Amino acid sequence: MSSPTIIVSASPHIHSDRTSKRIMYDVIIALIPAFLVSIYVFGIGALIVTSVAIISCILFEYLIQKFLLKSAVTITDGSALITGILLAFNLPSNLPIWMVIVGSLVAIGIAKMSFGGLGFNIFNPALVGRVFLLISFPVQMTSWPTAIENNTTLADAVTGATPLAIIKDGLMAGETMTNLSAKLPSIMELFLGITGGSLGEMSALALLLGGLYLLIRKVITWHIPVTMLGTMAIMTGIFWLINPAAYANPMIHILTGGAIIGAFFMATDLVTSPMTHKGMIIFAVGIGLITVVIRLFGAYPEGVSFAILIMNALVPLINKNFKPRRFGATIYSKIVSK
Amino acid sequence: MLKTFQLGGIHPPENKLTADKPIKRLPVPKVVYVPIAQHIGIPSTIIVAVKDSVQIGQVIAKSGGFVSSNIHSPVAGVVTKLDKMVDTSGYKKQCIVIRTDEKNLSNFEEITYPLKTNIELSSEEILQRISDFGIVGLGGATFPSHVKHYINPAKKIDYLIVNGVECEPYLTADHRLMLEKSQEIIIGIKILMSALQLKNAIIGIENNKKDAIALFKNLTLNEPKILVAALAVKYPQGSEKQLVSALLKKEVPKNGLPLDIGVIVHNVGTIFAIYEAVQHQKPLTERVVTVTGKNLKNPSNYWVKIGTPISDLIKDAGGLPDGTRKIINGGPMMGKAIKNTEVPITKGTSGILIIAEEEASRNKVENCIRCSECVFVCPMGLEPHLLMSLAERALFERAFEEDIKTCIECGSCSYVCPSNRPLLDYIRFGKNSIQKLSLSQ
Repeated sequence: MSSPTIIVSASPHIHSDRTSKRIMYDVIIALIPAFLVSIYVFGIGALIVTSVAIISCILFEYLIQKFLLKSAVTITDGSALITGILLAFNLPSNLPIWMVIVGSLVAIGIAKMSFGGLGFNIFNPALVGRVFLLISFPVQMTSWPTAIENNTTLADAVTGATPLAIIKDGLMAGETMTNLSAKLPSIMELFLGITGGSLGEMSALALLLGGLYLLIRKVITWHIPVTMLGTMAIMTGIFWLINPAAYANPMIHILTGGAIIGAFFMATDLVTSPMTHKGMIIFAVGIGLITVVIRLFGAYPEGVSFAILIMNALVPLINKNFKPRRFGATIYSKIVSK
Repeated sequence: MLKTFQLGGIHPPENKLTADKPIKRLPVPKVVYVPIAQHIGIPSTIIVAVKDSVQIGQVIAKSGGFVSSNIHSPVAGVVTKLDKMVDTSGYKKQCIVIRTDEKNLSNFEEITYPLKTNIELSSEEILQRISDFGIVGLGGATFPSHVKHYINPAKKIDYLIVNGVECEPYLTADHRLMLEKSQEIIIGIKILMSALQLKNAIIGIENNKKDAIALFKNLTLNEPKILVAALAVKYPQGSEKQLVSALLKKEVPKNGLPLDIGVIVHNVGTIFAIYEAVQHQKPLTERVVTVTGKNLKNPSNYWVKIGTPISDLIKDAGGLPDGTRKIINGGPMMGKAIKNTEVPITKGTSGILIIAEEEASRNKVENCIRCSECVFVCPMGLEPHLLMSLAERALFERAFEEDIKTCIECGSCSYVCPSNRPLLDYIRFGKNSIQKLSLSQ
């Protein structure tokens, strides 16, 4: 025997070159276009909030693993980095730095590490961080700097409402959609992202580019984004057709309020979404429905974050009840096996 | 659109290094080691004693029961030992050791028979020969072939499916056999069709063997009952259940057999062995083996006598390369890693694969990120991540309810897992534990 050691292990003896790390870095690459748009629209504020969120997410994960759990440190796997980016993308670009840090602590510490770390969390960590901040600091979390004209000076930024907030407040004050639409950005502005909002959620174009990349790289499948946006379009479409004066059209609903980032980047989070295609469709229909209910009948103008978190909680149940079709379990085979 | 099976599947790099290497005949070894448990089922019973002289093709171990098979001497020589030695399973098994008689020239000559097209035997005689001449499934499962032919008369059999898929990466034994023995295989198919009164046969071949597909299409131009189907390249299409599903769009029922939906499946190698047994009374004493590996000097296909030590084949293929870290009996997906090369070729050995350092060791196991890849690729519609975690926690009853026993151990889940989790290892552990529990009850 020429070699000193021969390895004996069970089959299979080859492995695909796909790794968890590559999946994570694909997600990060897919978020780059939206990040560039946010810097263009919101300027230095977007850069600061994103950097702080990333650094604090990674740091908190390191500290918790090293000193609290005394376990192996896995900050290089890319998952804390993604949580940081996604959290920042759901925050206004003028949010005080300490709030960003608190949000990161909640996302990593409570939503991820206390459940057991990567792969064990039930809720999307970035969304937990975001919703925690939204409930704790509603004023700061809902005043966004308006686009373009303010992208150089952070301090004097003029704040304005998001399109959905304009609609919600306007309708509550008794205005009709026809009057309100004059105050709204055009569909093209919404599509490109030249509008107010959380720093990474506005540019549908950039997010769709990233989403397309994820689909091509097979990190996600079409099931969740298409079903979720489709459900939202159908539901808001029905209301809009019934009474266009009281309800916004489906295009506005899909292009605003984080629907696109939610559909492609948050709801598709591998850890917190179902594990079969059937399950994914149920999950995405649920998110679409809850979002529409919150937007049309609830107190919040948006609702995607809440909808995803609610459906996250149902994922174990979905996984249990929507199993893949077992081979040979067709009606035909059942008859034969008797 | 090429046909393929519906659920799951993967496409690992094909690496068919020996696809254009004609099958060479390896010199007969000085000593052969013939294990008596070469097939699935009951081991055969030894009927020779030490110092007995044996002829080529003489029965040296008799079928030990219904699901068992005769074993014939691959050489002429003298029995020198009846001993236990490690076989490809890694366990010590009873072997018959025969020293080759060097004076007997027929040991060394390639025995070529003229093509015999007339089928003269009756149904019973054909089936008896398949049983007597030790034919077992040569695709790797080594299920005694005659067992497949005892069919409940109430069951109607429509199709003979001939498995020329060879979906394992690297292996080319079936591919070469199809190219070099195509007419014999067609006659073998006709023999089985006549013996079992079958109306149709389908030869399934993956599209990475276009030459074999073209050849068989040509040969069957005037054979309306024999179809040739080109299949999309997808692993594990060579598995019986997946092949039937790909060709007929019908699924073998859970815990059932292809017979339940009117199908009999045989590997092309088995069909060729049946041809030789029925037409030329030649027992199964040799087979085609691919010896391959990226660092091997001369990867080749060989006609090998059963019982030849693997070291003989590797020597002829250029010797064990430096840095070899794994020797695999079979293909990279389902083959067994073996400890050393002093292990004999058996009826089920379709290839020997040599793997070097880079590919030999497993990567670090990370947390499951619930990406669902294992669920998407499972050809049986199982949830490997769930089965692993149930087996890990010894929740065997729940694993049983989740159909762990239907796993065909193709390894697609472990292959794709981006976190390098040993899914199939734990599924095997779960299956074995359930087996033990049900036996002890």
